[in-house]
Amino acid sequence: MPKNKKELYNKKGVIAGIVIFAFIAALPFLINLGKAAPAPELVLTSKAKEAKECVRSKEFIKREHMQLLDEWRDTVVRDAKRIYVNPQGKEFNMSLSNTCLDCHSNKTDFCDRCHDYASVSPYCWDCHIDNPKEMKR
Amino acid sequence: MKSSSRRSFLKIAGLAALGIGAGPTIKAFGTIGGHGALQPEASFKKGEKAMEAKQWAMVVDTRKIKSEADIRPMVEACHQIHNVPDQPIDRHAIKWIWPEEFHNAFPGLQSQFISEKIENTSFPVLCNHCENPPCVRVCPTKATFKREEDGIVMMDMHRCIGCRFCMAACPFGARSFNFRDPEPFIKNVNKEYPRRMKGVVEKCNFCAERLAVGKLPACVEASNGILTFGNLYDPQSEVRKLIREHNTIRRKIHLGTKPTIYYII
Ligand code: HEC
Ligand code: HEC
Ligand code: HEC
Repeated sequence: MPKNKKELYNKKGVIAGIVIFAFIAALPFLINLGKAAPAPELVLTSKAKEAKECVRSKEFIKREHMQLLDEWRDTVVRDAKRIYVNPQGKEFNMSLSNTCLDCHSNKTDFCDRCHDYASVSPYCWDCHIDNPKEMKR
Repeated sequence: MKSSSRRSFLKIAGLAALGIGAGPTIKAFGTIGGHGALQPEASFKKGEKAMEAKQWAMVVDTRKIKSEADIRPMVEACHQIHNVPDQPIDRHAIKWIWPEEFHNAFPGLQSQFISEKIENTSFPVLCNHCENPPCVRVCPTKATFKREEDGIVMMDMHRCIGCRFCMAACPFGARSFNFRDPEPFIKNVNKEYPRRMKGVVEKCNFCAERLAVGKLPACVEASNGILTFGNLYDPQSEVRKLIREHNTIRRKIHLGTKPTIYYII
């Protein structure tokens, strides 16, 4: 039994161990230091530029396009209504491939780029045509 | 009056607690309205040309069918516009509309000996869009449902989990399961209509997407007058007129599913 309880046993080994542990734990952060991915640059097609406005305001569509699409598909399939009238009174055919991808026909440089950044991968494209404007992929 | 002040203090404290609790609840109720509540200012509507009916129905004039070749254009038109794959293996086949022999289409109706004409004719068969659909009753996710607006038995692909209860329930074999990814087997993709994926059930949708823009179903257009389409509950409709003037049969009516496809014999 040690007389002095404040004494640290195996001082060298313990401290070295703590330092090594701290280094290993910090490794992922050190490796990624200064490498934060920049927010992706989104490309608007000339058709979208010409339209100037999305289906809804930029703020809204950025934040809520998933809910909007969910509402669209429910309304089309289940309520038999296919026309969306936005708050400005403009009408759109509620279709993922035929409307969203009509303006945003550059899906890879638009939807995908942001989704990759945000690490989301919508499964919609298993069924919905992702390149309605191109002849072949 | 110490005790009464404690009493009133407790009362007020209770009310206050209730108020704090009720606030978020009321707010939550305000936002969960589903449709519309999310975006109060936007709205939905039908297209101007959309065709409407209480219950869509079809009449097949089998007298006009000379051979299976008369049915093939209907199948091709339907399968092309809906991106129905052409699976090479028969048990993987996906069918929305297809030719069937009399004894398969109408089992129980055939006598020991039947007319040569009927024996040798093919009958186009498809989803009957029953008025009392058993597939709808068994679907655990409401992926298949009887649409109030027009009586179409619809599939909501977004909800189908591929359990295949509906296939077991349908007495007409009108549903197909995607055992394999259909994509490689779609020869000529229609880019305006989605495909399906491995693991979902699919079937005829009475061309809901065409009716919405004022077009008749593709098979009807391609049928050379063999198929007639219309509102079953409009006495003036073309289908009602045909049913009134001719002898018609429907498939397996003894099962009580109330099919809406009528066959003039
Ligand atoms: C009429 C052409 C048009 C249609 C149709 C359209 N968009 Fe847009 N979209 C635009 C334009 C233009 C912008 C840029 C708006 C801005 O910068 O103010 C945009 C912006 C966006 C953004 C925000 C991008 C950013 O910079 O953060 C998203 C997300 C988006 N659209 C998704 C969709 C979806 C989903 C649909 C279908 C529901 C759709 N869009 C349909 C034209 C369109
Ligand atoms: C500005 C970035 C951005 C752009 C541009 C963008 N999205 Fe998204 N999208 C997101 C984010 C972030 C999510 C995930 C939201 C969440 O999980 O709540 C998402 C989710 C979705 C979802 C739901 C996915 C799921 O699994 O639930 C769909 C569908 C979708 N986006 C479609 C589109 C389409 C179509 C376009 C192009 C027309 C598009 N998005 C463009 C950021 C973007
Ligand atoms: C299993 C296949 C499948 C998947 C996966 C799928 N859909 Fe669909 N979707 C369909 C079919 C089939 C329709 C009916 C098309 C019609 O009637 O015009 C449809 C209709 C829609 C519609 C309305 C009509 C149109 O042309 O777009 C929207 C919007 C939609 N889906 C959005 C989505 C979104 C968003 C996702 C992913 C989160 C998704 N869908 C995933 C098959 C699918």
